[in-house]
Amino acid sequence: MSAASRVVAASLASSVPARRRVRDALFGAALVASILVALVTLGALLVDTFLQGRPRLNGQLLQNMPSARPARAGLQSAILGSLWVVGLAGGLSLPLGVGSAVYLEEFAPRDRWYIRLIELNIQNLAGVPSVVFGILGLAFVARGPLGWGFTVGSAALVLTILVLPTVIVASREAIRAVPPSLRDGALALGATRWQTIWRQVLPAAVPGIATGSILSVSRALGESAPLLLLGALTFVTFNPDGLDSGYTVLPLLIFKYASDAKAEFHVVAAAAIIVLLAILLTMNTTAILVRNHFQKRRA
Amino acid sequence: MSDMTVTPVTTTRPEVRAAGERAAAPADVVLDVDALSVYYGSFRAVREVELDIHRGEITAFIGPSGCGKSTVLRCFNRMNDLIPGARVEGTIRYHGIDLYGPQADAVEVRRRVGMVFQKPNPFPKSVFENVAFGPRVNGTRQRAELDEIVERSLRRAALWDEVKDRLKASASGLSGGQQQRLCIARAIAVDPEILLMDEPCSALDPIATTRIEDLMQEIKAEYTIIIVTHNMQQAARVSDRTAFFTTEVNAEGDRRTGVLVEYDRTERIYSNPRDARTENYITGRFG
Repeated sequence: MSAASRVVAASLASSVPARRRVRDALFGAALVASILVALVTLGALLVDTFLQGRPRLNGQLLQNMPSARPARAGLQSAILGSLWVVGLAGGLSLPLGVGSAVYLEEFAPRDRWYIRLIELNIQNLAGVPSVVFGILGLAFVARGPLGWGFTVGSAALVLTILVLPTVIVASREAIRAVPPSLRDGALALGATRWQTIWRQVLPAAVPGIATGSILSVSRALGESAPLLLLGALTFVTFNPDGLDSGYTVLPLLIFKYASDAKAEFHVVAAAAIIVLLAILLTMNTTAILVRNHFQKRRA
Repeated sequence: MSDMTVTPVTTTRPEVRAAGERAAAPADVVLDVDALSVYYGSFRAVREVELDIHRGEITAFIGPSGCGKSTVLRCFNRMNDLIPGARVEGTIRYHGIDLYGPQADAVEVRRRVGMVFQKPNPFPKSVFENVAFGPRVNGTRQRAELDEIVERSLRRAALWDEVKDRLKASASGLSGGQQQRLCIARAIAVDPEILLMDEPCSALDPIATTRIEDLMQEIKAEYTIIIVTHNMQQAARVSDRTAFFTTEVNAEGDRRTGVLVEYDRTERIYSNPRDARTENYITGRFG
């Protein structure tokens, strides 16, 4: 059709029919509603907990040990127990997890059946219910060959095994995301394989690895089922002082207080929940700041 | 061959002569390629290439896509080792030492034979750290020495004036042409003898291309350069010798295998090619 006969639009207003526009708007509203459901639920839980626990939110909570008297009950042994166990688990799972991921991504021959089997199993392990790890720990770590008993060491080891699959999967994704051109560039300058990995690949993969670590440490902090089987649901009034020390953790103490017959303990439980969330928030924020710092240095 | 010892690491170019080697090999041939075939699995990508690379010259590999130019180039610094299933037959001698023989360590080869890639690939670090990476991994630790090497390399790559005030800034903030010159600076920071360039200008605009071609002329006395290029005019402008590759489907049942058709001084190739295929390609009768 010639330029003269082509119809020129008189205006640039939208030509999408009204019915379609309504449908698009409704779709957008449905998406917003779904996230609002999640946010509102979470918000309601937080507000309810905060209101219930507020009377007991004071320094006493952090300074006192658990007690049979609700007025004097505190959280100190559980907070320190959690920090010990989770700290050890995080510190152990990070090098093991990143090391495994580096091996699988950089050194393992891709086409061997046993490598594929390992990869499949790691992904499956990430979905195994955590209580199974508790049973494993009870059989082999607390009792059985290692015989470490119900100690901080056993708990740390079991939690390490629990979060290791997550760390490995996240680290692998991060390492895989590093472009091959980066490796080529380093190797072409005469760097050895190890120098390339240590100086170029891993630094570039830090943001992804950090994310995986955040997720796994947060999970470890909230774990209660496996530690139930490892003797953490005991009335512990002392702080851990070594790998062979008895311990308790915050989620289990919350459980104890929340299921107690005396109603005053429920208030303490609510306050403890707030403390747990505060610790989680601090850890996550620190880790996100670390990750952002590394990302900024690269960009 | 017990009298052939492994040369220790040095960053100066060794004049290595293996006792008992062909004394006739002239000292100005740095790479002697003999019946080189490259296989990816069972597929023969390149068939029996023979050529000599001469010191202080720019040698261009030209030819249509898929004829094995980059494959041959990557043999010279053992980058094909990184491709699973890649296999090399024939010999490539660097100052008489077989690059794929037991005397040659791939890492050491890559220190002597540097490479610049088609798409600029600066590391996600600062300009300084990019250029200093090569010397660092080769053992240079002193800060003063690194500073000196970085400045020297950036000057030789004609980039110093543009980046001297922003050495600590990220390399990804540079333009494409600057990034490629940074990659060249990075490569020459380890003082290689040979510099391989795999279509270094194909991702760049004409002005950046000209700057890099000028750079190549400036540095060719110190670094023997081998460049793969699709741009015939560039090859004609820049190179001293040209090798023309093409593909063929031959009687042995190979799928399109790359072969070296003709290798000669550039003026001769362009004015008086011996092979009809070369002439057809040069004159644009096929691409």
